Amino acid sequence: MTQVAEPEAKRWVGGGILRKEDPELITGQGRFVDDIALPGMLWLAFVRSPVASATIASIDTSAAKELPGVQAVLTGQELADDWALPLPCAWPIGNRTNFEDPDDPRTPDHWPVVKDRVRYMGEIVAVVVADSREHAADAIEAVDVDYDELPVVTDMMEALEEGSPVLHDDLGSNEAYTWGFTNGDVDRVFAEAPVVVKERYYNQRLIPNAIEPRGVVVQPIPAQGEFTIWSATQIPHILKVLLALTLDINEAKIRVVAPDVGGGFGSKLNVYAEEAICLAVAKRLGQPVKWTEERSENYLATIHGRDVIQDMEVAATEEGKTLGFRVKLYADFGAYMQLVTPGIPILGAWLYHGVYDAQAYGFEATGVFTNKVPTDAYRGAGRPEATYAVERIMDTLARRVGKDPAEIREMNFIPPFDEAREVASGLSFDSGNYHATLEKAKQLAGYDEVRREQQANDGRRDGKLLGVGLSTYIEMCGLAPSQTLAALKYGAGGWEAATIRCHPTGKVTVITGTSPHGQGHVTTWSQLAADALGVEPDDVEVLHGDTAVSALGMDSYGSRSASVGGAALYKAAEKIRAKARAIAAHELEVAEEDLEWKDGKFQVTGAPDRAKTIPEVAFTAWTAHALPAEIEPGLEATAVWDPPNFTFPSGAHICVVEVDPETGSTRIDKYVAVDDCGTVINPMIVDGQVMGGIAQGIAEALYEEALYDENGTLLTGNMSTYRVPSAAELPGYVLDRKVTPSTTNPIGVKGIGEAGTIASPPAVLNAVADALRYVGVEFIDKPASAERVWRAIQQAQGQAPPDRAPSGGGTGAASMTPEEEGGVA
Amino acid sequence: MRRIALTVNGIRREAEVEPRLLLVYFLRESLGLTGTNVGCDTSSCGACTVMMDGKSVKSCTVLAVQADGAEVTTIEGLATDGQLHPLQEAFRKNHGLQCGFCTPGMIMAGLGLIESGASMEDEDVRLGLEGNLCRCTGYQNIVKAIQEAAGEMRQPAPAAQPAAVQGGSE
Repeated sequence: MTQVAEPEAKRWVGGGILRKEDPELITGQGRFVDDIALPGMLWLAFVRSPVASATIASIDTSAAKELPGVQAVLTGQELADDWALPLPCAWPIGNRTNFEDPDDPRTPDHWPVVKDRVRYMGEIVAVVVADSREHAADAIEAVDVDYDELPVVTDMMEALEEGSPVLHDDLGSNEAYTWGFTNGDVDRVFAEAPVVVKERYYNQRLIPNAIEPRGVVVQPIPAQGEFTIWSATQIPHILKVLLALTLDINEAKIRVVAPDVGGGFGSKLNVYAEEAICLAVAKRLGQPVKWTEERSENYLATIHGRDVIQDMEVAATEEGKTLGFRVKLYADFGAYMQLVTPGIPILGAWLYHGVYDAQAYGFEATGVFTNKVPTDAYRGAGRPEATYAVERIMDTLARRVGKDPAEIREMNFIPPFDEAREVASGLSFDSGNYHATLEKAKQLAGYDEVRREQQANDGRRDGKLLGVGLSTYIEMCGLAPSQTLAALKYGAGGWEAATIRCHPTGKVTVITGTSPHGQGHVTTWSQLAADALGVEPDDVEVLHGDTAVSALGMDSYGSRSASVGGAALYKAAEKIRAKARAIAAHELEVAEEDLEWKDGKFQVTGAPDRAKTIPEVAFTAWTAHALPAEIEPGLEATAVWDPPNFTFPSGAHICVVEVDPETGSTRIDKYVAVDDCGTVINPMIVDGQVMGGIAQGIAEALYEEALYDENGTLLTGNMSTYRVPSAAELPGYVLDRKVTPSTTNPIGVKGIGEAGTIASPPAVLNAVADALRYVGVEFIDKPASAERVWRAIQQAQGQAPPDRAPSGGGTGAASMTPEEEGGVA
Repeated sequence: MRRIALTVNGIRREAEVEPRLLLVYFLRESLGLTGTNVGCDTSSCGACTVMMDGKSVKSCTVLAVQADGAEVTTIEGLATDGQLHPLQEAFRKNHGLQCGFCTPGMIMAGLGLIESGASMEDEDVRLGLEGNLCRCTGYQNIVKAIQEAAGEMRQPAPAAQPAAVQGGSE
């Protein structure tokens, strides 16, 4: 077991100090990209395709160019030479069905502006540059584009069929890849198992909806070939590298700044066409440029999430002991591969057994191109899909073998462990105690009482259908060991960096390579540094999100920031303390071994009044009047932490719902979450992450779905048709936790950014499904909107109304009940 | 162009504006009051909420010319004499914000709700905030913050109603 070494006293870690970020944000002094205005700044606006599939016959920009204030109108052909490379896909996964097969990446060229063929509604076909937001908006209306429309395919299963319109002719089909692996003899286990249960789930297409739309400002210094790029991004460091490559600009001449960023949820984890175009136009014209995304534009211009069909199977004994898990999934990638599109299913690939024991495991994913907005990372990315399938099939298995969903989980949990252990998929989990989290959640939710109430009242409460649902989830975060990423063909490392600079005045600057956008790193990093250096959090300034300030960074996504970036900070503090110890020993005229780090200072063993603090040592290191030989002046250190493994947060969520059988609407009566995110740095912030995550998952479970018609038109094209829930639709939350420190990093942190969103959809759906049992509904899928639930009830009662057009991949409610497809082998 | 005169955060402002100019862009781009944010184009998200003549309005749904003669308060005008407004304090104390982009609108909507005399029961606050979207917090702490601030602002009325469920016991 890795030693979870905590030599410093914990004065601040674990305490809920108020956020240092807040004063500016509650007074209107936040600085978001759209708040930036530069002298001589030009505005960009984009002509976007209103059709989903077409070749461009002609573009007439002459009328637009005549409008007042218009500086330039540029087409894809005119900009073609501005790109050294297409937009990057950093995770080009190829066809393979086991690890030994050669890769065959099928990454289609994706140009920032369409050259000749449009593949989804919203794709950029021309760029307008004008002297104001309004003039740019007026000019895009005057660009005349003649489209020769082509056949459209929006359903991923149809897209795989012979004879379907093919999006990328050079690839010959719409199959992006088929990738999978097995662990153990999965075919034998499934052939011999007494019980096999199989269901099909659809993780509908979602629109991330960070409340701040994206935006870009570029300021060039033409005479120097320099560019400063402000972008509403989660990944300033990665963006710098990839824009340098895409436009063949000296990376050392590019500075990327992510100022205050208004939420991301994965949607700002990308290299977008608009970022490349703004840079290209600033380079061409030598003037500052700005683009601010409108919300309806965001729905077409920013990645969507999920859109995954899963055929999920579990093999078990007659008693319900799980023997094997197997999934075949289809992921709708939309029209192109964005930054990590192909990798999203892979992020869940090892988790389709959840927290349950099994002998065998199989995973296979097929990625598919369709005429829709590209999908990519959306909060949880691959892990919500896995958790949804596992947690729902466990309920189906429970019904099949006649057990309570809680009992089926308890009998199959991996036993408690505090040292890394291998699980069915072949991964090594860090630590966990799944029984304890579920037990705690059951008590908080009054699980047994709800079950008794259901039994006593035939599943009714005041005329409503009462249901309770569980989700004992696991996730994999802390991306990631660089060598593991190499094996998975990811194009970068998974390390994170931190620098600590101790000033002679006793103040401390921490520079982190993470790039927060709401997570409160400034506060939590201050707490970590304060404990590690024996100072107060208010003495610590945390800088981030500017590549000119933080040279090294891999940015924020995948719940990695605390477990990787926090560990880097811990390591940097170790270096500071090592140097400070030598200086302190020299000053106190004792041997280094005679000093102990206690109560935030170096004390002479046995003579605690003889001591030096880090601020005192920092002053000595700055004056450099009395340093030991070989010790350089100054007290500053940088550390880069490359994690040896992922981390595995887990927990138990329980949802109690009341479903109105007349309207189909669901009211969440109680939502309980017991999470194990390892060591907690700031409980207030952790709770905030959990609550926000749950809310996003409930939105996915009950409300949100991006819908396309058969022509590839996005039907939910703005915020009034795509239903982001408000406070009125969402419940309060009851939170608790269980702490099993991670063995992956020295601070014991696992990560909490995505847990709520990963856990909650199956908890809600299992609850709705549980309630609907009482009216004979066999199956219900996400989103369990009032309409879908009402239709399911009508159908179950033999009053089948015509279903509306099938959503997403056309398989939304398709299911195979165990009676039809599973059963005794 | 139309000439308008209005008071913003206690300062009298006069300007020539295009008739199509939205109040939010007048505030942000003409006056440089960038605390008020734009999160959508359908009046759905409420990030642009400001107080106008004592009522909360979505400034993306008001033309600048409609604000002629009005008294407008934005997030920048809420703190007085260097003292944070009770709502600002309460949002910070209750962790009612994460990324902070919806926050100015959320605070102004909360102010409108409190000043309208609305009930501060959990469900009523939630309904009252229906026009303001937050993607980060899950709303629970926002509701708590508004209840707490209302308790302070409506003194000597009894203290804030406790939220229906507790959050985050350790």
